[in-house]
Amino acid sequence: MIHSLFLINASGDIFLEKHWKSVVSRSVCDYFFEAQERASEAENVPPVISTPHHYLLSVYRHKIFFVAVIQTEVPPLFVIEFLHRVVDTFQDYFGVCSEVMIKDNVVVVYEVLEEMLDNGFPLATESNILKELIKPPTILRTVVNTITGSTNVGDQLPTGQLSVVPWRRTGVKYTNNEAYFDVIEEIDAIIDKSGSTITAEIQGVIDACVKLTGMPDLTLSFMNPRLLDDVSFHPCVRFKRWESERILSFIPPDGNFRLLSYHVSAQNLVAIPVYVKHNINFRDSSSLGRFEITVGPKQTMGKTVEGVMVTSQMPKGVLNMSLTPSQGTHIFDPVTKLLTWDVGKINPQKLPSLKGSMNLQAGTSKPDENPTINLQFKIQQLAISGLKVNRLDMYGEKYKPFKGIKYMTKAGKFQVRT
Amino acid sequence: MLSLPPVQKLLRPKSVVGSDVAKEVTSPVLATEAGPPTCYSALRADELRPLAAPKDEGAASTGQPPRHDDLKEMLDSNKDSLKLEAMKRIVAMIAWGKNASDLFPAVVKNVACKNIEVKKLVYVYLVRYAEEQQDLALLSISTFQRGLKDPNQLIRASALRVLSSIRVPIIVPIMMLAIKEAASDMSPYVRKTAAHAIPKLYSLDSDQKDQLIEVIEKLLADKTTLVAGSVVMAFEEVCPERIDLIHKNYRKLCNLLIDVEEWGQVVIINMLTRYARTQFLSPNQNESLLEESAEKAFYGSEEEDTKDAKAEAASLAKRKPYVMDPDHRLLLRNTKPLLQSRNAAVVMAVAQLYFHLAPKAEVGVIAKALVRLLRSHSEVQYVVLQNVATMSIKRRGMFEPYLKSFYIRSTDPTQIKILKLEVLTNLANETNISTILREFQTYIRSMDKDFVAATIQAIGRCATNIGKVRDTCLNGLVQLLSNRDELVVAESVVVIKKLLQMQPAQHSEIIKHMAKLTDNIQVPMARASILWLIGEYCEHVPKIAPDVLRKMAKSFTNEEDIVKLQVINLAAKLYLTNSKQSKLLTQYVLNLAKYDQNYDIRDRARFIRQLIVPTEKSGALNKYAKKLFLAQKPAPILESSFKDRDHFQLGSLSHLLNAKAVGYQELPDWPDEAPDPSVRNVEVPEWTKCTSREKRKDKVEKPFYSDSEGESGPTESADSEPESDSEESGSSSSSGTSSSSSEEEDEEEEEGGSEEQSEDKEGEEEEEEKRKKKKEKGGPRKASPRSVGSEEEEEAEGKKVKKAAGPQGKKGHAETSSEEASASESSSSGSDSGTEAPTVVEAKRRKVIPSSKAGPKEISLLDLDDFTPPPPQPVPSSSIISTSLVTDLEGLTLTDTSLAPALLSPAFGAVRTYELLHRMAGEGLSVEYCFSRRPFPGDPHMVAVQIQISNNTDAEVKSLRVSEPKLLAGMRIQEFPEIESLAPGDTASVVMGIDFCDSTQAANFQLCTHTRHFYVSIQPPVGELMAPVFMSENEFRKEQGKLTGMSEITEKLTLPEKCRSDHAIVQQVTSAANVGRVPCGADNEYRFAAKTVTSGSLVLITLEWREGAAAQLTVNSEKMVIGTMLVKDIIQALAQ
Repeated sequence: MIHSLFLINASGDIFLEKHWKSVVSRSVCDYFFEAQERASEAENVPPVISTPHHYLLSVYRHKIFFVAVIQTEVPPLFVIEFLHRVVDTFQDYFGVCSEVMIKDNVVVVYEVLEEMLDNGFPLATESNILKELIKPPTILRTVVNTITGSTNVGDQLPTGQLSVVPWRRTGVKYTNNEAYFDVIEEIDAIIDKSGSTITAEIQGVIDACVKLTGMPDLTLSFMNPRLLDDVSFHPCVRFKRWESERILSFIPPDGNFRLLSYHVSAQNLVAIPVYVKHNINFRDSSSLGRFEITVGPKQTMGKTVEGVMVTSQMPKGVLNMSLTPSQGTHIFDPVTKLLTWDVGKINPQKLPSLKGSMNLQAGTSKPDENPTINLQFKIQQLAISGLKVNRLDMYGEKYKPFKGIKYMTKAGKFQVRT
Repeated sequence: MLSLPPVQKLLRPKSVVGSDVAKEVTSPVLATEAGPPTCYSALRADELRPLAAPKDEGAASTGQPPRHDDLKEMLDSNKDSLKLEAMKRIVAMIAWGKNASDLFPAVVKNVACKNIEVKKLVYVYLVRYAEEQQDLALLSISTFQRGLKDPNQLIRASALRVLSSIRVPIIVPIMMLAIKEAASDMSPYVRKTAAHAIPKLYSLDSDQKDQLIEVIEKLLADKTTLVAGSVVMAFEEVCPERIDLIHKNYRKLCNLLIDVEEWGQVVIINMLTRYARTQFLSPNQNESLLEESAEKAFYGSEEEDTKDAKAEAASLAKRKPYVMDPDHRLLLRNTKPLLQSRNAAVVMAVAQLYFHLAPKAEVGVIAKALVRLLRSHSEVQYVVLQNVATMSIKRRGMFEPYLKSFYIRSTDPTQIKILKLEVLTNLANETNISTILREFQTYIRSMDKDFVAATIQAIGRCATNIGKVRDTCLNGLVQLLSNRDELVVAESVVVIKKLLQMQPAQHSEIIKHMAKLTDNIQVPMARASILWLIGEYCEHVPKIAPDVLRKMAKSFTNEEDIVKLQVINLAAKLYLTNSKQSKLLTQYVLNLAKYDQNYDIRDRARFIRQLIVPTEKSGALNKYAKKLFLAQKPAPILESSFKDRDHFQLGSLSHLLNAKAVGYQELPDWPDEAPDPSVRNVEVPEWTKCTSREKRKDKVEKPFYSDSEGESGPTESADSEPESDSEESGSSSSSGTSSSSSEEEDEEEEEGGSEEQSEDKEGEEEEEEKRKKKKEKGGPRKASPRSVGSEEEEEAEGKKVKKAAGPQGKKGHAETSSEEASASESSSSGSDSGTEAPTVVEAKRRKVIPSSKAGPKEISLLDLDDFTPPPPQPVPSSSIISTSLVTDLEGLTLTDTSLAPALLSPAFGAVRTYELLHRMAGEGLSVEYCFSRRPFPGDPHMVAVQIQISNNTDAEVKSLRVSEPKLLAGMRIQEFPEIESLAPGDTASVVMGIDFCDSTQAANFQLCTHTRHFYVSIQPPVGELMAPVFMSENEFRKEQGKLTGMSEITEKLTLPEKCRSDHAIVQQVTSAANVGRVPCGADNEYRFAAKTVTSGSLVLITLEWREGAAAQLTVNSEKMVIGTMLVKDIIQALAQ
């Protein structure tokens, strides 16, 4: 299946290669570079490139291209999903997945990759298992290893591999037993010029951080499970139980994992927590344009909207902008034409606004389209769909764990057309 | 030791030995593709710095060997830490793509090192370089052979892994042996590794195929989830054509599927898709009307087919009814939960399986999951959108509800934008086109010009496909002609040209406008398009055309070739229609063209001159020149580039590239005749053998998450079994043995029965007859009450059965009785593959039924068909049952078992409709509702309310939905899916579910449109709060005995004149309440039974008709309130 993997950084250097079958020359990447050149931006590089003898499937994350070389028919999503899993694993191991990090830990990276695929077919992708096979590097462990001569590599088959719960390692022990669940909802919306909603939907996830001793069996129930329209689960969730009782019942992996992602049924109206008033004017034949936006809270259920960030891609004709924000800081990059305004908290008494003028290139006519405004924000302690966790119970173990639930609403792809 | 070598060392020239090594290294395998490895080296001495062991390797590039000396020394030392350090550096070199092959001898020595990390790294090295240094690699083999015998399974596995990964042809026999041995290893992990090794060996030496197939066959029989994925992968790589190997493992694979790791799931699902295509019949081949309407009824929300039920039945009778193979159903059912997987590849695999294998009506379920994937990374989106684009052509309806999910954001990458546009265009139809066009309008103003061009083309396609909006689109495009961006104008011109071809006469204005554009527009394709248009329709613009030609003649020499050709064309056409004005111009153009550089143009000029200019020599064609040039040309069809892409298996690389990829396995066409389904039967002995051998392990390895039905081979154990229970008993051999052998035929029939039963009388009878015959032959058979029920049933009924069936022991009977006796949609899958004794009874009983069966069956047929809003006059169920039949039925229940009541499909009285919103109050919107008396698909505890909304206004009503239900505690409401829009005069009918909690309290909610909210409420008559159940007379009596005293309500009444026939009484009662008739021995007594929907408490009704008009009504129910109200309602109904 997957023949080889090349990691390519933003400047086009191949900084890591790994082959699971016979060696494929790195010259195969030339096809990739060609495609990269044709695509103006990194994200426009086609994920699947066909070359005379190979197919190159790539994902772009953290400014690194992960290019897999394959030779025969294989479902493209299979490879793409796997590559994403590789990135996630790196992130899990090293905290961040960056070129520097990978280079610094090249041996661990190589060992991990070796375990993840056998002959190009995924072997162990569950991070709990991988971590038992190859321990993530920590400073302490490095020191201990050099003194005692022990290694980073486990010599026993991870128990998870054979058990009925392959995602959980055995022999987990904690002095403080805790389970935290974050219910995070993102609002995807397109708001049109007049402020009415064209499309809006809520996508949510429940991320968990479970540090519990032994083999706990958890159940999580919701006050209003009917809200959830479409769900996808971590493999640990018992599907039948959900089908019949709408209860999440699972033996959790150890550590961080995504328990559930869901989509709130489209029938429910989505509350839009903020509004943007905008007045962006390009005048024909004038080299000055007017720019004014105000952000205000709309349906926030009494919570504060924070972490507000406004970004907008200005048309090419804009040379510079002289703006004054009523709060926060703003930056306009004259090269990429990207305007960023870090607003911070919205104070309903005094709405944040950004006003000023734009310097336009003389002689060019006004652009067809006003720039779209992208919005980011956060609301703590609120799940905008109204989803509420009812209770969390643990079976199978005797101790009393500490349980915590946090709600948060964020902007997903939130766009305002102007 | 560890100190870095001085810089001078780096500069030292390459030694002779080193270069020799380097030459040796270039193995033939590498040479083709990789070139000499030394070519890597040139660059990057300093780039390596960030790596773990910087400077030494840096020098490896310039001249190799000297600085590797220290590495060699470290490798030779006794200290593990030094070795480890050295190996780490070497691996870093490999990762960087450097040549470290000259260290081979030094490294390979350490293959037996005690330190496990060193060992691992040595393995990494070996796998990388063994191919190049085959002789030396052989030194390590004995270590691996020893490793294969290690007690630690991880070491055994990794020894096999490395052994099979070093691509040295000499060791093929050793590998073969090792694989064979590992295939029967105790540890499933080692067996998994063996499965992985198979394709490796195969790629090394394809002559081993036959032997490898043997191993694959053996591993396919393995029952652990760990092995399943890997061995199917091996199967796909080595012998995908040996589909026969799958037969015996098919059911096992289906059942294990949910527990296999995600990657294995993908491979298995893809393989099973192919398998199913060869083994089963197409579920859509017959497109039988009945089937379709049944499906529809189940999914409820779709618009109803109001065709005559009788006609349908008749038409179906002629054809051979399609019966889905239970194995086919098994596959569909077991893959469905995987749509919920977090792994996009799995979701896609299931989606393609459904697309290729499922009956049309069921494919819809995948849409939601696919739309969910659109939230994922952009690469995933890219692949999913490609597949959605293909699907949306074939099955547009599936994605229509998710239209808005394909709206484009300015931040999407261009390639995603274009794919979304494609999907939007495919989804466009008369109802949604206005919203789509409005959306397109914003896209046209985007800064991304490629995207704008694509949008314009999309508008063109919408315009051609949907006649209604053609003019609107055309006007819009014409406006774009004055756009400032030339690309936009050019693209519009091209599209307008295609549109105009459809109705040229009406649009001479546009053509004139376009003629003016020739002055400004420079894009060749656009110019050519304009010229072609003017030429083609020169008769509509007689004044302008010659003028355009004049201008073009002037600039002829500066035009692009494609434009020149069109100029010649224009000239020729003008010459033919208007030779007076254009003769000279044409001559001039043709002369210019005659000396053009491009031979195409020269040729064209010559050819046209001969054709149109009459000379004495000119041939016979001259006369026809006009016909040739100005022939009526068919309008172009603007098609999606994704059309017909579905001949590639969806989700495959080949589909994505629209070209066959290496190793792509064609998706076979459905067979015309189904191959023998019995090949999938698994013999009993085999099972017992397996289980006895693996019994212990099975206990341990028993899949965790497949609940009950997942586990025990082909048998489906009862759905209703509590989970804990099933975990213990699931794979025990008993259930397997008792059912597996006999079950298949049985299953087949019963499956057939259950599917058809409610639909098709004829089919039923046939089935029955077959069954009888079989019985004669086979004598009493072992039991296996239906195991594989159709999915719909399961969903709808699963819960009810759980309730109804009660304690396990009874289940079998409940099952059979319900199935035999009647009109029900047959209760579901639950089955304890029973003990022998009751089975015999059952078999006997079966013999008795057939004669009596026709009656009740007929009823069910009618039932199913009249889901349509204006209900036809159904005959109330029991009125048909003749007394003799009733006694027959009675006979059936003489066995002394207590039968748990099973739910029946509702009997039908005339359906009464109620008004929810009057036309006046609703400002033109009128809403009616009725109780459809079918189980609500989403939740059996809900009463299904069919709502019919008609729009009497003259404006479109948009986004009709339910909101803000105000309910009493415990009541629940399942809204109907939002209706996007309702055209004026249209009527939509939807189903919503309400759980009234067995009370007659009204459910209040708001009905919203895009502009208004209406407060409405639905109050159920007490008779609608129940669903009929089937009971025998004995049972009825027994239950009635339990419900005496407080729970019994008796009332006397007089029956009016017209209500004194059996028929009338039954009809009145069944119309007043949703109850089922219970057979009764006495002539003048009528019994009915039902169960409340929410709590499932029994409601028993007895009506005794005494002399003349006097009668007595008795209702027994735990729920006294319901009982009292019901009595009132029934009396009222009868008194009418």
